[in-house]
Amino acid sequence: MNKLLKIFNPNFLWGGKQGKGPLYRHMFNYSRLWRSAVMLTALSAILPLLAISWFDYNVTLKAVESETLSRTSRTVSNTKRTISAFMAERQSALDFIVHDNIYAELIDPVRLAVILENLRKAFGGISDIGVIDAGGQQIAYIGPYPLEGKNYRDQDWFREVVERGIYVSEVFLGFRNEPHLVIAISYELPDGSFYILRTSIDTDRLNEQLLSLELGAQGNAFIINKKGVLQTPARYHEKVFEKIAIPVPEYSPKTEVFQYDDPYEGTFILGYAYIPDTPFILMIVKNKNEIMKSWHKTRIEILIFLSIGIFIVMFGVIGFATFFVNNIYIADQRRIKTLHQVEYSNKLASIGRLAAGVAHEINNPLAIINEKSGLIKDIFQLREAYSKDEKLIGLVDAIHASVARCGAITKQLLSFARHMDFSFQPVDLEKILREVIGFLGREAEYRNIKISVNVSDDIPQFESDRGKLQQVFLNLLNNAFAALADGGNLDISAILMKNERIRITIEDNGCGIPEKDMKKIFEPFFSTRTKVGGTGLGLSITYSLIQEIGGTVDVSSTVDVGTRFIITLPLNAKNIKEKDNAITPR
Amino acid sequence: MRLLLVDDEKEFVATLAERLSLRGIEADWVTSAKDAEKIIKTEHYDLVLLDVKMPQVGGRELKKIIEKKIPGIKTIYLTGHGSEEDYQAGSAEAEYYLMKPININDLIEKINDALGKK
Repeated sequence: MNKLLKIFNPNFLWGGKQGKGPLYRHMFNYSRLWRSAVMLTALSAILPLLAISWFDYNVTLKAVESETLSRTSRTVSNTKRTISAFMAERQSALDFIVHDNIYAELIDPVRLAVILENLRKAFGGISDIGVIDAGGQQIAYIGPYPLEGKNYRDQDWFREVVERGIYVSEVFLGFRNEPHLVIAISYELPDGSFYILRTSIDTDRLNEQLLSLELGAQGNAFIINKKGVLQTPARYHEKVFEKIAIPVPEYSPKTEVFQYDDPYEGTFILGYAYIPDTPFILMIVKNKNEIMKSWHKTRIEILIFLSIGIFIVMFGVIGFATFFVNNIYIADQRRIKTLHQVEYSNKLASIGRLAAGVAHEINNPLAIINEKSGLIKDIFQLREAYSKDEKLIGLVDAIHASVARCGAITKQLLSFARHMDFSFQPVDLEKILREVIGFLGREAEYRNIKISVNVSDDIPQFESDRGKLQQVFLNLLNNAFAALADGGNLDISAILMKNERIRITIEDNGCGIPEKDMKKIFEPFFSTRTKVGGTGLGLSITYSLIQEIGGTVDVSSTVDVGTRFIITLPLNAKNIKEKDNAITPR
Repeated sequence: MRLLLVDDEKEFVATLAERLSLRGIEADWVTSAKDAEKIIKTEHYDLVLLDVKMPQVGGRELKKIIEKKIPGIKTIYLTGHGSEEDYQAGSAEAEYYLMKPININDLIEKINDALGKK
């Protein structure tokens, strides 16, 4: 889990946690690099995704809408045919009656009653039948009301049936207070005259037909007349003979479907058809929201798909950007470290050269002092007056001793500097250790630190880089000195291991390293002594140097008990170095 | 047994020569390679003590010149400073390679050793 967090929250984003050291600096603004990488890749991945989703959304929406419209249109057409057929059936029946019976038969009430009875049996919902002559006079009538002899000449429907041969009335209540309509046809007699057969039909059958339509989605099928007045009951609408809230659609010979936005009840899909030869308009109204319910599901699916897509893309983009920028960051850090290491070794080399120069300059005057005092002593010893003077001889010897001491120091300096630039050569481990300790000997004395060196006798001279070894020991001993309290102990021991490696242990009983720092101590720029001039590079360079000479370093530490560094070195580092070079460096 | 001491530090080389002669070793001294070349034309020496670092002509170069004149002559290098290169080459070609300041008794011992190797 921490690893995963690390991927998404690497050090570089916040400037780096180890960025305390004075030498720490950024080559790039990594968080900006990261942000632009994330933004660019995310944009190029998410924009097409958004475009596709948007396109898909619209295509699906259009498909669903047109499917709804065409389905409504089909229903309207079918229903229109049903209603037309309903009307046509009854017209045909009347047609059949006038052809099947002669006028005389029709005006015979007995016969007419039979015909009505037969009609009722065949169709149902027929309430009366009447025969009207060319003058508009009802000659024969069978029905619940005494309408015989009634004259219709001045009525509109009479004129229309005379004109067109057929008439279908709007739905009306009439005397019976039952919604019904009237169908009338005219029949031309051989003598040029004509008569009209008229019948009333209850609209129950029609209503049933309409109500039985499977419309779903709060669909509603009804018939209006050309003034928008309801002719059949509508399921969710006004009552019969009320005017509908929807404006009457324009005449069209075909079935039409359109969307109607009601300010109060939302959007409806409206299909209508003018039923030919009647005053009726069939209307089917569906609630669009209800129809689009399935589409809403699709829409949510598209949105979920889009969100998941964006999430995955962002996850990938952030992951990759972080990975790459982090790699750049790590490479950069490594570069800075190498630069510092070069700087550091250069500095050491310069110090070495300087020390060597100083030593040389001092050695010559020292040699003169040595010879002059030697000569004085020689002269004293030759002259009897002085040769017995122990004080004089003692003085000269004291000068000699001091010169010898200075000489020892300059020799040490020279020998240290001399090996700075050179690589693999036979080295004597104990000698190197003693040399390095020589530099710290004075401090050890002042601080009463006891240094014990225990190098096993069976360690031969071995091939290694003397300068690097010196640097490694110097760094480790310096660290130990920093950790040690006055009067502490520093134990250095070396043994030969069976696998041709030397194991050197440097152990102090100083303050130790807290566990949280243990992982970081070899990292560059990690320092607990930044305030007192630590660069955080000592151990990191030590680590690199040990690796360069084919060794390993391990550390164990307990707070307030001490720290132990264990270094192993190969007896023949040259071979190992060549092998190492064959592998790509870490 | 005659010695020639060559060192650009006059105070050093003169005193050293005097001390050696006090110990019965005949030693001449010069302070430059040029003077050394001159003196070996007329004098014979068994051993030369050369400073490695001298102005113009250094000890190692001078040794080659002297060897041509006096084949088989023994050499001891003296130096205040030695690079690794000088140290390794010097100790290979000369009998001894000594660091200043030197102990006179050590020097005499080395001189005797060098000449005894004959």
